[in-house]
Amino acid sequence: MAGLSFAAWGNDLYTGRRSYPIVAQRRRWFALFGALALASILVLATQGLSLGIDFRGGTEIAVENVSTTQQAPAIDAVRGVVGGEEPRVATVGSSALRIQTQTLTDEQTAEVVTRLAEAYGIDAETDVFVSTVGPTWGQGVSTRALWGTVAFVLAAAAFMAIYFRAWRMSLAAIVSMLADLLISAGVYALIGWEVTPSTIIGFLTILGFSLYDKMVVFDKVRENIDGVLDQAHTTYAERANLAVNQTLVRSINTSVVALLPVGGILFVGALLLGAGTLRDLSLSLFVGIAVGAASSLFLATPLDVSLREREPRIKAHTASVLAERAGAVTTGEDVAMAMTDRSGAQLVPGRHQGVGAQPRARKR
Amino acid sequence: MATSDARRPRPVRTLVLFTVLTVLLPFAGLVTATMVDGAGSDNPGGASLTPALALDLEGGTQIILTPTATDGSAITDESIEQSIDVIRQRIDANGVTEAEITRQGGQNIVVGIPGDPDQATVDLVSQPAQMRFRPVLAYEMGTPAPDVDPSADPSGEPAEEPPAERGTPADASDLAWITPEVQEQFDALDCTDEANLRGGGGGGDDPAKPLVACTQDGSLKYVLGPVEVDGSSISSASSGLMPGPNGTVTNEWGVFLELDSQGAEQFAQTSQRLFGFGQGDVRNQFAIVLDGLVVSAPGITTPITDGRAQISGSFTAESAATLANQLSFGALPLQFEVQSQETISATLGSEQLRTGLIAGLIGLLLVVVYSLFQYRTLGLLTVASLVVAGAITYVAIALLSYAMDYRLSLPGVAGLIVAIGFTADSFIVYFERIRDELRNGRSLRSAVERGWLRARRTIYAAKAVNLISAVILYYLAVGGVQGFAFTLGLTTIIDVMVVVWFTHPVMVLLTKVPFFRDGHRLSGFNRERLTISGTRARYAGAGRVAMSATIAEEAAAEAATGAPPSGSAPGGSATPSRGPLPAAATDASGGRLTIAERRAAERRATERRAAERRAAETEEGR
Repeated sequence: MAGLSFAAWGNDLYTGRRSYPIVAQRRRWFALFGALALASILVLATQGLSLGIDFRGGTEIAVENVSTTQQAPAIDAVRGVVGGEEPRVATVGSSALRIQTQTLTDEQTAEVVTRLAEAYGIDAETDVFVSTVGPTWGQGVSTRALWGTVAFVLAAAAFMAIYFRAWRMSLAAIVSMLADLLISAGVYALIGWEVTPSTIIGFLTILGFSLYDKMVVFDKVRENIDGVLDQAHTTYAERANLAVNQTLVRSINTSVVALLPVGGILFVGALLLGAGTLRDLSLSLFVGIAVGAASSLFLATPLDVSLREREPRIKAHTASVLAERAGAVTTGEDVAMAMTDRSGAQLVPGRHQGVGAQPRARKR
Repeated sequence: MATSDARRPRPVRTLVLFTVLTVLLPFAGLVTATMVDGAGSDNPGGASLTPALALDLEGGTQIILTPTATDGSAITDESIEQSIDVIRQRIDANGVTEAEITRQGGQNIVVGIPGDPDQATVDLVSQPAQMRFRPVLAYEMGTPAPDVDPSADPSGEPAEEPPAERGTPADASDLAWITPEVQEQFDALDCTDEANLRGGGGGGDDPAKPLVACTQDGSLKYVLGPVEVDGSSISSASSGLMPGPNGTVTNEWGVFLELDSQGAEQFAQTSQRLFGFGQGDVRNQFAIVLDGLVVSAPGITTPITDGRAQISGSFTAESAATLANQLSFGALPLQFEVQSQETISATLGSEQLRTGLIAGLIGLLLVVVYSLFQYRTLGLLTVASLVVAGAITYVAIALLSYAMDYRLSLPGVAGLIVAIGFTADSFIVYFERIRDELRNGRSLRSAVERGWLRARRTIYAAKAVNLISAVILYYLAVGGVQGFAFTLGLTTIIDVMVVVWFTHPVMVLLTKVPFFRDGHRLSGFNRERLTISGTRARYAGAGRVAMSATIAEEAAAEAATGAPPSGSAPGGSATPSRGPLPAAATDASGGRLTIAERRAAERRATERRAAERRAAETEEGR
């Protein structure tokens, strides 16, 4: 019964009976994400993103007076000259076609024109017109999109800092989000598909999803660390780790549910349709959602712990908890109690801490 | 069940209200709109039961604009780029249509607009909308003056007045601007000729020189002084019904302008001077010139110092809105001519949309399977909520494509599919919180109550981030990004509505159904699955302690072997190490043990463990 064991697993994660030391082993995760980010930078630097016709403009060929407006011959004609190119073909009016490709050299253009004239049975001299086409997604659009994104990230950061009352948390979320974006871009560059406006939209969606997911996970952290400084049993890091473990089931469920439809589109888009909006979009989304959900747990929260443990109050608290724990163990006093305290970060019904929870009588 | 709480939740009422307000009412509205103003070939902007599609999916109209060289302005790369920016802003301000604007060849601008645009839209993209304010020097009927004697025309009285002082004019209202050449030009101008009514803005008229111009309808012609206030000083423009005297509203449409501080100052000076001429004087008038044609030439009854101007004229609601939109984003630096206007097919085949939708449906089906697996019967609530959210989204998009000219592009469709993830997450967060509370040993009813309070906070906070991003991107970005932001904001709002007004009330109702309340094996709230293994028992009230057989057996087995059921994660300071497991509180038949019996069982278990350890050590020792 897989279902039962999954639920039991969730139960154990919730109580802290079973716990993955994600926060404690944060160096490992930092190293992993750091390596991925570095690799992405490397890929981006060496391979670069190949910008599509929407960003760079290209060659436009108009074919007029055709008897058939079928698009296949046009696509074949272009592919016959430039392999792997995905021309954009549209019917204009009733007897003309518009074919847009990446910028072609003069020889390529001449070759395409000849093939087109042959394919459609028209005169290459009078019925085929070649011109350049500018970017639909020009500098102006990019600039405004960039400013919009910067403004929204700043606003989201401000919102988080106010909501959690901790700017370090907000910083951790933003840094992890940037890592998500970097890694997604790296994967995209590695595969080498053309960047289209759809890709950009995909990356913006990743940005939104990543921040959203971090918000949900951090809200659990916030819930758990509420009043952490007022008790002496657990440290900030332990509480945060418990939060990550408790939200693990939710994160897995959410990522699966978000990834299934996107995965469906990616599968269909990449295998059946070839290049196009759907494929570009779903790839960036698939990678981004997976990385975004993972980084909420493995990067954002550990990063938050690392940052917040620098806060003097939390630093002092952690030190005092650890010192007391060490002291309790060495004096051999309440050893069992100390053990149960640590595992009992989440209060478990039917179990209480006994006299250990009472104020300790001062020793003379 | 008797709660005397004043804020007692009334799930049924909420559900009914929600269904009526957000599902039935919009749908009824949509159907009505379709009946009253249905879309058809003659009414492309009408309502339809299906959402309108964007350029990439449906095709539309391709308008090719060619700049016409007018004196005073050169066609440069810069001015073309600037024109593209202005055109894009104008289109975006008109709705979320996601038009495609490119440069073609050296100078042409290609504007792709989804659907079949009306004349107002074509004007919107092609007219420069260069607005200038000039003082009136003279005016006359719109026909050319007979060559013999211009003084015969009674209305041309000021024009034939011989300018008193020749030489350099003192200010813009100085009649010295009317030089013999200007006079000649004025006399020859025939405003009944269509060619003279096409306008020639975009730098066609030199702002520093006087202008001879017709009115838009060709009834009058004017001699105007140099430009006093330029259109670039307009900070905002809006359209509406003109206010009449005594605060009434007239039936006449007009455009309201607000000038920036510099423009307001210039305007104040000018109106002060014109006011000085006194009412009835020709030069008391102030001509508003749009693209070289006089829109109106009101007299100044009081000096205008606050930088607010109203333009009335022969506007319709639509043309006033178009002009306001044009003025808001400044003039095109060039004059354009519509070279061709042709229909264009979709750049992405209908195949892409169909395959995308099929893929999305398959994904959705997998989501259903997964949530049924994860949450058993409760998964059906997720599915129902998703269906409700989908229905609302569909109706909202169909309504918005009617009201705001919203168009669904392929990235938009993909955005909606991704929204499934966002939306489902709300339910997952909620269900998991309820389960957490159940694990804490609460009854289902109080678990739902408490879980909702905690989940709600998380959901609101997380959705707020989404909404912030949507609003900011919508206002700052253009084109496709704006469309994306719109979709994101729309789905976020619908998502929150569904969780608060559908999922939660249904959940509250479900707590009353015995199947869920008692935690049936398939309900998703099964106690056995959610009771914490390792805890002894849950106090069930009335002196009874509930303890499931499975857990008891497991605990007994664990106690017996001393081994955890599956490997616990390894060390690290944060790893809570488990304390010794308590022995089973029940015997094999499920009856409660006395304390003495339990102690005996514990002792037996310890001994057995010790024996096993010894055995293992000897094993190793060999």
